[in-house]
Amino acid sequence: MITKDNYASEVKKYQPKPKLLRNCIKAFLVGGLICAIGQGLTFFYIEVFGFTEKTAGNPTVTTLILIAAILTGFGVYDKIGQFAGAGSAVPVTGFANSIASAALEHKSEGIVLGIATNMFKLAGSVIVFGAVSAYVVGLIRYLVEQFL
Amino acid sequence: MKIGKNSWQFNQGVYIQSSATVTGPKEKQGPLGETFDYSFEDLHCEASTWEGAEQALLTKSIDICMGKTNMREDAIDLFISGDLLNQNVTSNYVARNIESPFLCVFGACSTSMEALAIGSSLVDSGNCKNVLASTSSHYSTAERQFRYPTEYGGQKPDTATTTVTGAGTLLINNEPSDIQIEGATIGRVIDYGMNDPLDMGSAMAPAAADTIVQHLKDFGRDPSDYDLILTGDLSSVGSPIVKKMTEQSGYDMEGIHRDCGLMVYQANQQVFSGGSGCACSAVVTYGYIIQQLKQNKLKKVLVVATGALLSPTIVQQKETIPCIAHGVVLQRVDV
Repeated sequence: MITKDNYASEVKKYQPKPKLLRNCIKAFLVGGLICAIGQGLTFFYIEVFGFTEKTAGNPTVTTLILIAAILTGFGVYDKIGQFAGAGSAVPVTGFANSIASAALEHKSEGIVLGIATNMFKLAGSVIVFGAVSAYVVGLIRYLVEQFL
Repeated sequence: MKIGKNSWQFNQGVYIQSSATVTGPKEKQGPLGETFDYSFEDLHCEASTWEGAEQALLTKSIDICMGKTNMREDAIDLFISGDLLNQNVTSNYVARNIESPFLCVFGACSTSMEALAIGSSLVDSGNCKNVLASTSSHYSTAERQFRYPTEYGGQKPDTATTTVTGAGTLLINNEPSDIQIEGATIGRVIDYGMNDPLDMGSAMAPAAADTIVQHLKDFGRDPSDYDLILTGDLSSVGSPIVKKMTEQSGYDMEGIHRDCGLMVYQANQQVFSGGSGCACSAVVTYGYIIQQLKQNKLKKVLVVATGALLSPTIVQQKETIPCIAHGVVLQRVDV
C-alpha cells in the first residue's frame, strides 16, 4: 500500500537504478583516454618543441582546454559527458566544458552581462574549493615543516 | 455547473473548433511526427535566441489554428496561455501581437489542461464566445532555466525527462462540432516529499492519481467509461506508480492508461524516461488524440496534464516538489 509516509521507499522499485559498475568502467576508460591524450601531448611538446617535462604541462593543458571548448561548441562534449560521467567531468576538459557551455548559453544576453557574468557560473565553485583546499593544504604543509 | 467536489460539467455545450500543433525536429522524428501540423527543422525555429524560438513555436501554432477556421482574429474574446519560463515570458510576449484580452496561467506542465478548463468554463458560462487556449515549451529554454547550459556535459540519471519543444493551440466555442469538452476536474497541490528535480515522474504521480480518482468519484464513473485516460508527462517512472495508486483506490486503469511523455518519442531517441514540458501533453492531445476522436477511433478521453511546481532556487534550498494535475474530458459527438 503506497501512502504519503512510505512513498519515497515504496516507489524505489519503479525508479531505474543507476548502473554504478557500468558507469564506473565508462568513466575510467574515458577519463583514462583523456589523460593518455594529455600524456601524448606532453611527449609531443617535449620532443618537437623542446619543452622540459616541467614546462610541457602548460601547453598540454591549454591544448586540452582548446579541444574541449571546440567540442563543446560543436555540441559533442555534452554527449561525451552523458556517456562518460565523471570520466569527462573531472579532467581539465570538463572544467573547460563548464565554462564554454555557460558562455555559449548566455551569449544572447550580451558580452558583459551575458558571457562574462555567467561564464564561471558552474566553474566558480571549482575555483572556490580549489583555492580554499590549496590554502588549507599549504598551511598544513607549512606547520608540518616548521614543527616536525 | 459544479459536479461532485472538485469538478465542473459543461452543460451548455463547449466544442473544439480548431486545433494546431507545432514542434521541433526531434518530435517530428518521433512516432507521432506525422500528426503535427508543422515542425521546425532545427531547435532555433528561425529565431536568434532560445526564448525567441519558443515564441516562434507558440505564434506558429496560433496562426495555424486560426488559419484552419475562417474566423477573424478580432472575433476571439479571450486568449489564455502559459509556459514554463519565469514571468511566463513566452505567452506574455506572444500576446503583444494578439488583439484580444489575455489571461496568463501557470501550472508548470499542467498548463495545457489548466488553460483549457478555464477557457471551457468561460465559454460554458457565456462570458466568452470564442476562446484560444495555448501552451508552449522548448528544450533549450527549459534546460537553461531549470538545469544546466545545453552544452554542459553533466551526466543525467535515467529518471530524467526530455522537455518537448513545441506548442499547441485550441479554439473553442459553443457551436457544435464533432469534439465536445464535457467537463473538467481541477487538481489540488499534492506534495509527497520527493525532492529530486531529475525525477519528476515520481514526484507528479500522486497528484495525477489524486485528480483521476477525484474525477471518477465526482462524475460517478469507472476508468472503463473512458477509451483512454491520458496523463501528461509521468514518463516510464511515474506511469506504473499512478496505475498502482489509482488501483489502490479501487480504480483499475489497466489497458486504459497511457502517458503523453511515452508517446511523443521513440525509445531509441535518447530521451531518458520520456518527454515532459507544457508542450508534451499539448502536442499529443491537440494533434494525435483529436485526430483519433475525429476519426471515431476514440470516443471519450480523460486528459490529465501533470505539473511539477518547482523552481531551481527553492529546490537548492532543500524544499520538496509540490505537484498538480488537471483533468479535462474530450468526447466525440455526432452532429
